[in-house]
Amino acid sequence: MIGIDRTQAPAFRQVEHIDLIKAQQHTLDNGISLFSIHAPEQELVRIEFIFANVNWDSKKPLQAFAVNNMLVEGAGSLNASEIAERIDFYGAFLQTDYSYDYSTVTLYTLNKHLQATLPIVKEVVSDAVFPKEELDTFIRNQKQKLNVNLEKNDFISRRVFNHALFADTIYGFMVEESDYDKIVRSDLINYYESAYQPKNCTIIVSGNADDSVIAFINTLFGDNWAKTNPLAENNFSFKAGTGELHFIERPDALQSAIRIGQVSLSRRHPDFASLQVLNTVLGGYFGSRLMANIREDKGFTYGIGSALVSFKDTGYFYIASEVGTDVCQAALDEIQKEINILQSIPVPEHELQLVKNYILGSMLAGLENVFSHADKFKNIYFSGMSYDYYDNYIETVKTITAAQLLDLAGTYLHFDQMEKVIAGKM
Amino acid sequence: MPSEFFLLSTSLVLRICSCANSATFVAFDSLTMVHFKRFTLDNGLRVLVHEDHTTPMAVVNILYDVGARDENPEQTGFAHLFEHLMFGGSVNIASYDEPLQRVGGINNAFTSNDITNYFIQLPAANLETAFWLESDRMMGLAFSEKSLEVQRNVVCEEFKQRYLNQPYGDVWLKLRPLAYKTHPYKWATIGKELSHIEEARMEDVKAFFKRYYHPANAIMVVGGAVSVEEVKRLSEKWFAPIPGAPTPVRDLPQEPPQTKERRETVKADVPVDALYMAFHMPGRTDRGFYEADLISDILSRGNASRFMVNLVKAKKIFSEVNAYVTSSIDPGLFVIEGKPVKGISIEQAEAAVWNELRRIKDEPVEQDELTKVINKVESTMVFSELNLLDKAMNLAYFELLGDADLLNQETEKYAAISVADIQARAQSLFRNENTSVLYYLAN
Repeated sequence: MIGIDRTQAPAFRQVEHIDLIKAQQHTLDNGISLFSIHAPEQELVRIEFIFANVNWDSKKPLQAFAVNNMLVEGAGSLNASEIAERIDFYGAFLQTDYSYDYSTVTLYTLNKHLQATLPIVKEVVSDAVFPKEELDTFIRNQKQKLNVNLEKNDFISRRVFNHALFADTIYGFMVEESDYDKIVRSDLINYYESAYQPKNCTIIVSGNADDSVIAFINTLFGDNWAKTNPLAENNFSFKAGTGELHFIERPDALQSAIRIGQVSLSRRHPDFASLQVLNTVLGGYFGSRLMANIREDKGFTYGIGSALVSFKDTGYFYIASEVGTDVCQAALDEIQKEINILQSIPVPEHELQLVKNYILGSMLAGLENVFSHADKFKNIYFSGMSYDYYDNYIETVKTITAAQLLDLAGTYLHFDQMEKVIAGKM
Repeated sequence: MPSEFFLLSTSLVLRICSCANSATFVAFDSLTMVHFKRFTLDNGLRVLVHEDHTTPMAVVNILYDVGARDENPEQTGFAHLFEHLMFGGSVNIASYDEPLQRVGGINNAFTSNDITNYFIQLPAANLETAFWLESDRMMGLAFSEKSLEVQRNVVCEEFKQRYLNQPYGDVWLKLRPLAYKTHPYKWATIGKELSHIEEARMEDVKAFFKRYYHPANAIMVVGGAVSVEEVKRLSEKWFAPIPGAPTPVRDLPQEPPQTKERRETVKADVPVDALYMAFHMPGRTDRGFYEADLISDILSRGNASRFMVNLVKAKKIFSEVNAYVTSSIDPGLFVIEGKPVKGISIEQAEAAVWNELRRIKDEPVEQDELTKVINKVESTMVFSELNLLDKAMNLAYFELLGDADLLNQETEKYAAISVADIQARAQSLFRNENTSVLYYLAN
């Protein structure tokens, strides 16, 4: 073993292709679409019930959020602790998750305990009762949580930024303590009757999703769930901003939270994959230009990054960091400089090749178990796309050129049009 | 590169799994197991291989047996600062991150009070790149002044971001020295104060490397779509030439038993008061660890837990209240933290917690209540087996504790705990003279 040359990197291969476990479509007796991502070697299963958020009303901004949180606080004849006990006893997990576009109820269980645990989920999605006392507790505790969060610069910068981009829509609404006082139990029940009904539900089953699992789900959820309230889809559209500076002064701050960005592309846009490559170069990985310059060269921050985020009908691009207050302006200048460089100088071939390999490698790393394959499916399904999206994405990553990236930076990254939010001192 | 928070959240990850064979165990009888092969190089490097061909990826995890507890009390935060410097280039390779990203790999690291752990995930076809990079930085660092200067700044910004510029962010900087008077757990991994990091010198960095970063003080786990033969060949090629060195002797001052209750009150610009209580408890390999861990679950895990049902919902004392254990190798802490609701004084809140603690000391828990938390522990382990990196980290950690196969005995250890064990452990934990109470009050 004498004589290995440690200065020479070993040979390596680019990731050629990525094998996805594809979803199979089923339809329950009442018309609910169910998609299964089946891994027969598993003994466990994840079942997600996904409901689009609907009926947006800025006078009742917390309806969807409160309903999702309250589902497990009482359903059918079971109170909150009975629901938890029945799930816990079998080592299962029942989760509720709220995002801007969707509200989800998820069960994780070993397959052999599906018979015992899934009926509880049926109660939760079809017969939640929203007990008054639990609702009061929820409101009180959420207000306190909000007050704690409002002491965090990062939290403040995020809400001001979202509002600057998306105004009083579900994406941008700035919740105040008083909004919690507007929550009324009867509104929640109305919302529940609209949103949590079969025609607004999609079920995704991953893990061991064999025929018996699908059949059992159909028995429970394909029938006896007869809500038919009217519902209005949430539809929003947004314009480019005017690039204002939003400064929220925090006199005792040791660091300032910076958030800069603009409305951008959704996953459906043909340039989405290309713009992801550009974003990776700028701030999408540890070796990115923002990290290399602002953390690893200047030491201004513990971390800085950028991302392109896709919603149902829109998307946005942002850069975020927390930096020492004394170097806040210097950090802003460096951010602007990095964007200008992307618009004026082609990305060197050496760097572009690295970024391409990195993106393909991390896509592969992102598929570590069957649940991640289901997540990949959700990305395309809820954007109304097919698996071709991933083939195109990989092809784009492999073939995009520095000249194309230069064009993209000119088209989509405009520092002057970006909203700039600083919470702290400058 | 998280420190304190990682430490506190690790107990779930490190609870990974095996089998169930106790009579109380109604939910599980499936046998799961993390298999591995082990060999040791002549220079003392221990290598474990976990083959998992359900993924096209590989993981290389290297644990160095050094943490914040090994630091000089005048140079705290050093293990963690050093972790940052490990990414500043090595003897033959100018940049650590760049070549790894070029082959589609990602990496990170964390430092706790006990260990420093580095990991790489990359396509298995490019495994050799990980061996090349990791062996070179085990052999020697570039020790660049520029890297030291920048990383001192980065860590100072991390100190501000995580500990100083957050409401309640500095609580562990206060709670540790209240609970520990002797043992080096009295300081946090980030360090006692910013000045210790600002004053770090290159000669200290070099001495630290020499003492702790060598083959016999490391455990490497390679997992994923790899074979034992390939890992052996690559280990011989890249790591065997690194000279061996004696394993550093650890002789830490141990914490004497606490004999009097300790109290401290701090005031800060926070929106609501917060209560923190810490009780000394056994270390990670002691049977008492498992008992204390289950007690924390009975008290606060999930919507049917005692704290949730009684203190949050029925009595409306707290908006949130949690119990957890620090999972440290030397004797650790059982911690309770909560925020009282408006109108409840901090004294009332503490009294309500003591009511619950008295109850678990005075009355045996129901068998069903215990079975429920044991079942949840086991299923958490089964689910975390879906994650290759978790498996690799856990194998390395349990190898450090004595034998990687201990990982496969974790579930049995939890399952063997009885109702009487829980009561006895509660009685030994929740004594006035074993308590440190911190009132963190709003100005």
